[in-house]
Amino acid sequence: MSVLIFIDQSEGQIKKSSLEAITYGAAVAKQLNTTAEGIVLGTVADDNVAALGKYGVQKIHHITNEVLNHVDAQLYAKLIADTATANGAGVVIISHNQTGKAIAGRVSARLKAGLVAGAIALPDTTNGFVVKKSVFSGKAFANVNITSAIKIISLNPNSFHVTQAEGTAEVITVTASIAEPKVKVTAVNKVSGEVPLTEAEIVVSGGRGLKGPEHWGILEDLAKTLHAATACSRPVADAHWRPHHEHVGQTGVQIAPNLYIAIGISGAIQHLAGVNRSKVMVVINKDPEAPFFKAADYGIVGDAFEVVPKLTEEIKKLKSA
Amino acid sequence: MKILVCISKTPDTTSKIAFKDGNTKFEEAGVQWIINPYDEWYSLVRAIELKEKDAATVIHLITVGGADCDPVIRKALALGGDEAIRVNADSSDSFYIASQIAAIAKEYDLVFTGKETIDYNGSSIGAIVAELMDAPYISLATKFELNGTTAVVNREIEGGEEVNEVALPAVVSCQKGVAEQRIPNMRGIMAARTKPLKVVEPVTVETLTSIVNFELPPAKAGVKLVPADNVAELVRLLHEEAKAI
Repeated sequence: MSVLIFIDQSEGQIKKSSLEAITYGAAVAKQLNTTAEGIVLGTVADDNVAALGKYGVQKIHHITNEVLNHVDAQLYAKLIADTATANGAGVVIISHNQTGKAIAGRVSARLKAGLVAGAIALPDTTNGFVVKKSVFSGKAFANVNITSAIKIISLNPNSFHVTQAEGTAEVITVTASIAEPKVKVTAVNKVSGEVPLTEAEIVVSGGRGLKGPEHWGILEDLAKTLHAATACSRPVADAHWRPHHEHVGQTGVQIAPNLYIAIGISGAIQHLAGVNRSKVMVVINKDPEAPFFKAADYGIVGDAFEVVPKLTEEIKKLKSA
Repeated sequence: MKILVCISKTPDTTSKIAFKDGNTKFEEAGVQWIINPYDEWYSLVRAIELKEKDAATVIHLITVGGADCDPVIRKALALGGDEAIRVNADSSDSFYIASQIAAIAKEYDLVFTGKETIDYNGSSIGAIVAELMDAPYISLATKFELNGTTAVVNREIEGGEEVNEVALPAVVSCQKGVAEQRIPNMRGIMAARTKPLKVVEPVTVETLTSIVNFELPPAKAGVKLVPADNVAELVRLLHEEAKAI
């Protein structure tokens, strides 16, 4: 009864969310006294696959067909489920990223295996197989018991710290016979150069307090200094000051960075729901009554246009020290 | 064209979340119930727009839940849709719920879900329904067009977006971009009262998960305020105390 970890790749590179999944899966395997195995789909250099051993995975099934360089949920789910069955996997780990959201449910249905989607902690196996997940868009947690023989966990990005040691994984290279994908991909548009919001360690976010899209420069300077992703509140996205994919909150993207800096955001309950799993929250707002101060760890009551450039300067000083 | 729109009842986005019975049940007292925003704003409205373009389109709504869901599904019918089906079962297990939907969805060309519900946030119902139907699933759609019986869908992927073409039947989960929120008008509200709401009994399916209990996030220790003229102190705290930079 091994643990099987789905390792997501894009253009031959392994995503950070998958490294988290490997570290998590290796910890689950250790807890259950069994081996951690991985599955990689599509073209990735052999050395890079074997090197994933340093995150704790012992054996990796690498299905190399080129058609898999594009994520097709139906094909992926079949290959993951078949590999799980062939190797007697008792637990399957998938990242709860965009790819994971497309496939985890399908794997669950194929294996008749209970799914906890969006897990944030290791399972508690003292009484059943109980996994904690975020519910009510970050306002609460639920402890969910998986009662089926095979268990599937999709892990929320940024909720499990990647650790590495020495180690090389044994790679089993397979060419599978694969059906024609039903979905035709006619265009792909990847945003390059930006830090993806859900993977970012630090997020700098702006609200209506910045008064207009032309004032975003100070926020972008701060983000650049911190290697942070930029985000915004819903009114800002609705007013088209910033693109919709930057909207964080209950009906936008939900994030859990190490550091969230909110500038000119009052902190409505819907906004807090999307960001309150951040480890440290800093609020800069000129209104001392802004509800965000009640949720924050650190705050400055002051004018963003004065405070933010100073903050950027001080961080530059720190980094060059 | 027959479209099935999945509707879920969720607490209003401003609801204070609390639990009762030793944290095993959601405290419903004082909670306003709404249609899950992703189901309403994006998938239901897009289905209505498709029907406005092609009057032969049939829209059915489906929900899995008890009689307490009826007011919410009537609200959805007030926006549009020809009739609603309520599967009379209550569960928090996504495989169980999806199996109920799949048992009915086989009759349809297109199944719409929201990208997730704002209560359980699983984002998995559509994928399970699709697998049980052996149909493609286009997740996290940001744009949806029909070209005969082919769907052309923009969807969010890791680090960007892609365009998919797929022959129906298919299951699609909708998010921002697919449509714009609408407000029901008086005519719609009146019409919704007389639209059929069929109650069907669930098919027999095992549940694969169960909720043991809930927890609220630990209370914050309280904000540490730094004077606006001492930004250096904030940087020191973030570096030395919080170790966040």
